[in-house]
Amino acid sequence: MKAKTSATLRAFVVELAVYAVFVTGYFFLVLHFLAGWLQELHLHHVKTYALVAIVLIIGQAVVLESITTWLFRLLRGGRSE
Amino acid sequence: MFFPISNSHISPVYLAAIGFLIGVLGGFFGVGGSFIAGPALRAVGLDWNFAVGTDLAHIVGKSVVAAKRHRALGNVDLRLGFIMAIGTMGGAEVGAQLIQMLKRAGNVNLVVSVVSIAIYVSISSFMIWEAWRTLQFQKKRRPRSKVPGTAAKQDESSFSHRTAAIQRFHLWPMISLPTSGVKAISLWVIILVSFIGGLFSGFLGGGAGYIRMPMLVYVLGIPTHLAVGTDLFEIIISASYGTFSHAIKGNVDILIALVMHTGAAIGAQIGAISTQYFAGPKIRLAFVPLPLIGAAIVIYTLMTGHKL
Repeated sequence: MKAKTSATLRAFVVELAVYAVFVTGYFFLVLHFLAGWLQELHLHHVKTYALVAIVLIIGQAVVLESITTWLFRLLRGGRSE
Repeated sequence: MFFPISNSHISPVYLAAIGFLIGVLGGFFGVGGSFIAGPALRAVGLDWNFAVGTDLAHIVGKSVVAAKRHRALGNVDLRLGFIMAIGTMGGAEVGAQLIQMLKRAGNVNLVVSVVSIAIYVSISSFMIWEAWRTLQFQKKRRPRSKVPGTAAKQDESSFSHRTAAIQRFHLWPMISLPTSGVKAISLWVIILVSFIGGLFSGFLGGGAGYIRMPMLVYVLGIPTHLAVGTDLFEIIISASYGTFSHAIKGNVDILIALVMHTGAAIGAQIGAISTQYFAGPKIRLAFVPLPLIGAAIVIYTLMTGHKL
């Protein structure tokens, strides 16, 4: 039982580390390039901005959910939970 | 990190950490977590209007992740979620109109504060009584399961006789919810429950999961695990509507929401997966502090005049 718990914890730490690398890259690449465009939309085209905001947050949610599920499976030998 | 839309400097690590915490709570309890996100964003200097709108946008993303995970675990009743979304949006509009009326009358802060404290404390008191009673019944009736997790999805409530009476209330059209194990229930009861949730969401702010999740369990008779998953699914629709409305008014910094969501995405998965290891009454008992935290924040605001 103890061995199983420590293996789960180890897998979780690895997941967090891999995920942190993904997220750091994401901050610097995607958000850096999007900021100017989004600010322009926010100031001059609010309706488009509102639509883009929803598409972005849902799109990111779907992508990140897929990444985390894939990481869970990869590091736990096919089990997702 | 500089966020040009709201003209603010906030650490991305702080945002991701807050997102993670709210993600775990949201995935486990099916709540939006505005009572933490709002004060946490205000604490780093974000204007109140941006804190409210940005939090809603972040809730959409977090709920997508958690609802997807709950759906994979069989915890989402899509039919119920779609019906509830209609009532929630209607209720949210009426709640927002009520706030406008109170603003014109000049006593919005006191009325909203008193109502919210009464609601939060009532929900917590009722849930602690019901969950404790149900756990005592279970303890007396059968020996503890020796295999961990086997009893996790079995759900019982000492309030179930009242729930059955509500389900017997025949007002056309009656619909069935096979995913939730409800044979027949009036559509109007579902609309009323979601309308009340939406009303509180529009009146008090946030997603109002602290009132909708208990009502799903106690009024509609939805098993706790399904109530959590379905509430999250319904939040996607109603929070998207709220985000759009706030974004048009210039209250959403989507860049902040995207950064918060990177933490929430992993937290929501952990929270959702964790529900498998707890039985319904234990989830409900663990839910009790959430409305009390909300009440404490309102009391603090009322006494000091500082809006958290």
